[in-house]
Amino acid sequence: MTDNANVKTLDKVVVRFSGDSGDGMQLAGNIFTNVSAGLGNKVSTFPDYPAEVRAPQGSLSGVSGFQVSVGVDVHTPGDKCDVLIAMNPAALKQNVRFLKPGGVAIVDIDSFKEADLKKALFTTLDPFKELDIKAQVVEVPVTSMTKAALADSGLDNKSILKCRNIFALGLVCWLFDRPLEGALNMLKGKFARKPAIFEANAKVIEAGYNYGHNIHATVSTYRIETGKAEPGVYTDINGNTATAWGFIAASEKSGRPLFLGSYPITPATDILHELAKRRDLGVKALQMEDEIAGVCSAIGASFSGSLAVTSTSGPGLALKSEGIGLAVIAELPLVIVDVQRGGPSTGLPTKTEQTDLMQALYGRNGESPVVVVAAATPTDCFTMAYEASRIAMEHMTPVILLTDAFIGNGSSAWRIPEASELPAINPPLLSAERLADGWQPYARNEETLARYWAIPGTEGAAHRVGGLEKDYNTGAISIDPVNHEKMVMARREKIARIANDIPALDVIEAEGADTILIGWGGTYGHLRTAAAELCAAGTPMAFAHFNYINPLPANTAEVLRRYKKVIVAELNTGMFADYLQCKFPDLDIKRINKIQGQPFLVSEVVDRVNEIMEEK
Amino acid sequence: MENKTQYTPADYKNSNPVRWCPGCGDHAILNSLHKAMAALGVPPHMTAVISGIGCSSRLPYYMDTYGFHTIHGRAAAIATGFKVARPDMTVWQISGDGDGLAIGGNHFIHAVRRNVDINIILFNNKIYGLTKGQYSPTSDRGFVSKSSPYGTTEDPFIPAELVFGARGNFFARSIDVELKTSEEILTAAARHKGTSVCEILQNCVIFNNGIHNAITDKEYRAERTIHLVHGEKMLFGKEKEMGLVRDGFLLKAVRVGEDGYTLDDVLVHDAHTPSNFLHQQLAMMDGKTLPLALGIIRDVDSPVYNEEVEAQIAEVRSRKGFTSLRDMVLAGETWTVE
Repeated sequence: MTDNANVKTLDKVVVRFSGDSGDGMQLAGNIFTNVSAGLGNKVSTFPDYPAEVRAPQGSLSGVSGFQVSVGVDVHTPGDKCDVLIAMNPAALKQNVRFLKPGGVAIVDIDSFKEADLKKALFTTLDPFKELDIKAQVVEVPVTSMTKAALADSGLDNKSILKCRNIFALGLVCWLFDRPLEGALNMLKGKFARKPAIFEANAKVIEAGYNYGHNIHATVSTYRIETGKAEPGVYTDINGNTATAWGFIAASEKSGRPLFLGSYPITPATDILHELAKRRDLGVKALQMEDEIAGVCSAIGASFSGSLAVTSTSGPGLALKSEGIGLAVIAELPLVIVDVQRGGPSTGLPTKTEQTDLMQALYGRNGESPVVVVAAATPTDCFTMAYEASRIAMEHMTPVILLTDAFIGNGSSAWRIPEASELPAINPPLLSAERLADGWQPYARNEETLARYWAIPGTEGAAHRVGGLEKDYNTGAISIDPVNHEKMVMARREKIARIANDIPALDVIEAEGADTILIGWGGTYGHLRTAAAELCAAGTPMAFAHFNYINPLPANTAEVLRRYKKVIVAELNTGMFADYLQCKFPDLDIKRINKIQGQPFLVSEVVDRVNEIMEEK
Repeated sequence: MENKTQYTPADYKNSNPVRWCPGCGDHAILNSLHKAMAALGVPPHMTAVISGIGCSSRLPYYMDTYGFHTIHGRAAAIATGFKVARPDMTVWQISGDGDGLAIGGNHFIHAVRRNVDINIILFNNKIYGLTKGQYSPTSDRGFVSKSSPYGTTEDPFIPAELVFGARGNFFARSIDVELKTSEEILTAAARHKGTSVCEILQNCVIFNNGIHNAITDKEYRAERTIHLVHGEKMLFGKEKEMGLVRDGFLLKAVRVGEDGYTLDDVLVHDAHTPSNFLHQQLAMMDGKTLPLALGIIRDVDSPVYNEEVEAQIAEVRSRKGFTSLRDMVLAGETWTVE
């Protein structure tokens, strides 16, 4: 792009693809992301898609978006975009609020006819004026150029129109100086079984690229800086895939076969999809008849000696509550993944929230403590799925792993670890010596209080477990009042002691900070960036992020008490803040909350922190 | 430990005191199961017994096998997970009519449809016993109970009909007091590959005493029941003087040698024929105009879910040849940072 006069060099740029949900915006965005990651950029993505599978074409409710940030030191998909691609008036209307002042909006002007404008509920024939767009609008005849490029392809009109997204992708590749080679490779893989479609897309992406070249005098283009990543082999991964792979890694490490019992639910289903594919690694993933059967089949597999997992989202977690309680009292390892979405009830199925925290902590009958952990980023889903499995098996307990729609669907580059880099997992399997020594089913490890896992098929270890209270010593059914209290306290203490087996809370210190910003789960990128921006703007701000929620890291109280003010930011009405306040009543906890089905914007966190800092 | 190959019923019993009411039909079923297990010869440590909630679901505590007393209605789902994870183990599932057909109805029909290799014993006493006497999904219309003081206003399930509706391939029936028949059907159920359902009519001596008497009473049991045996004529009655014959699309009970019916007219039971048309008719006989069928009514081979899973894993693994997660990921799209 050396011949371009109008080049901006940036350490990161944000691009948002938007169009009808049938326009293939997710595919275009994904290819752009992978190409950028392959060039050494850090990437973070945010697919923002509608709940309807196919809303009426051109309508506001049918708009699908995909935002990606690429560059160095990227932790979020960005608040607002530098470049917005809008394939129709509805997409422009829904997404122009995400466009930075001074950014570029690229629209398919062929889709801005009167009828199209009406479908998007514009009242005038000048949508740009009506929306009061402050950015540069580049009107590109995407549809007609795509048709022209494929005029003699022999494809029908419908198939030709399906290539519009790839024309837009070609144009974006030119804008950001991405060679087409990588994109062509991905298209080839995607359309491996449809060579004619691949040929058409290859033609169209070049047409888009060339079109950009021909109009370059009128558009700014961007050169993105490349950071230095840790050496290794990388792949692009979204949070749900990372979660699935974390379980496989834990299964390989522990030697326990992996079993998933699940039921389709947005936005968690991709975990089931991925593990269903992994029959090629011996994984048994079952689509059961309902959420309850999902967790119950996993419990059966756990009793039989597997690393057992069930995946779901909020409403499904509610249905699984009784099953989780069974795993609590039977003291069996079980991992429950909740990819959180907006609630209550069906709520906002495709949107992100952190509103299941209290359900995860307390949503069961009786005294039934479970471990609750949360993943911070798409790639952290791998780490935390692995950790959830490790804790579940080593401590013989259910573990709830909270992720969310934002990190579950979002992706970033992931360095593929060697198995030797991962921590050991040693489930407390019943040994022959212990069996010979007069083992009882609920005999506990003195240090962890975990009972031993007697794998069915072991001669001499036949035993019965179940949902009824058991005698502390013999494991026989017991309704003895004192024994019950003893067992309740033992199960509680078993969970509490896990604090000794998890990492300490890590703080990003800031010189002179007397306030700490706190987050948990999928808000990590936004909050970390906000803390850095506050520091840069002269408001020293420490930052700590929780992956482990129950139990909390052992140093939690000590860390939080170092600061005058603790600000907890989360995508709910204050569940984690309440939890911390309840554990540490002496702390002065301030809250930043958002419940809009959308991730935080860095700017709104910064603004709210500044407001709190000004309060007396 | 010695490597045993022969087992007696005692090998499957443990020392826990059995806490069912005196006279409860469950005692007899437990004995039949111990005997069936000994006849099968599957070692106790290779056997798992998984139950839901209810009187019958206490059964695993009285077995010296791996046992799991789970939650209400969910035993079929838990047994499914267990069996798919551990196809080398023999898995029994114990449920009552409330546990299996009301709260657990969905899991029940899907287990049958999926055809996982589990053996379901359905204790049918047409009542909720553990919660002290409410009508169940198998209670007859008009049945008076604590929760239906004026009689129920709903029709019951007939367990066999649900099994056939879910495309089941093994259905058998017995009565708690017929230990031999119970042992026979339980043994056959375990030998059958795929989901087997054994309905055992059980008498709740406290809350529904005598509910099956119209059929099970010794005085007329021979006339009101028929013991079906594969390959044998469908004969019943004290002297086997009665037989079942075709009557258009329906069945008819006749006295052999009367009204022109001879032994040749009497149907021969074929439990292995894939069509379930006649099996369903046999299973729906209720002891009123036609005798209630006992024994193995249907026993047909069909693809078994857990075996299909294993076969698919073996096929995909050999085709793709991945040895580890890392191996699989590296075969996809990657890039290297030096």
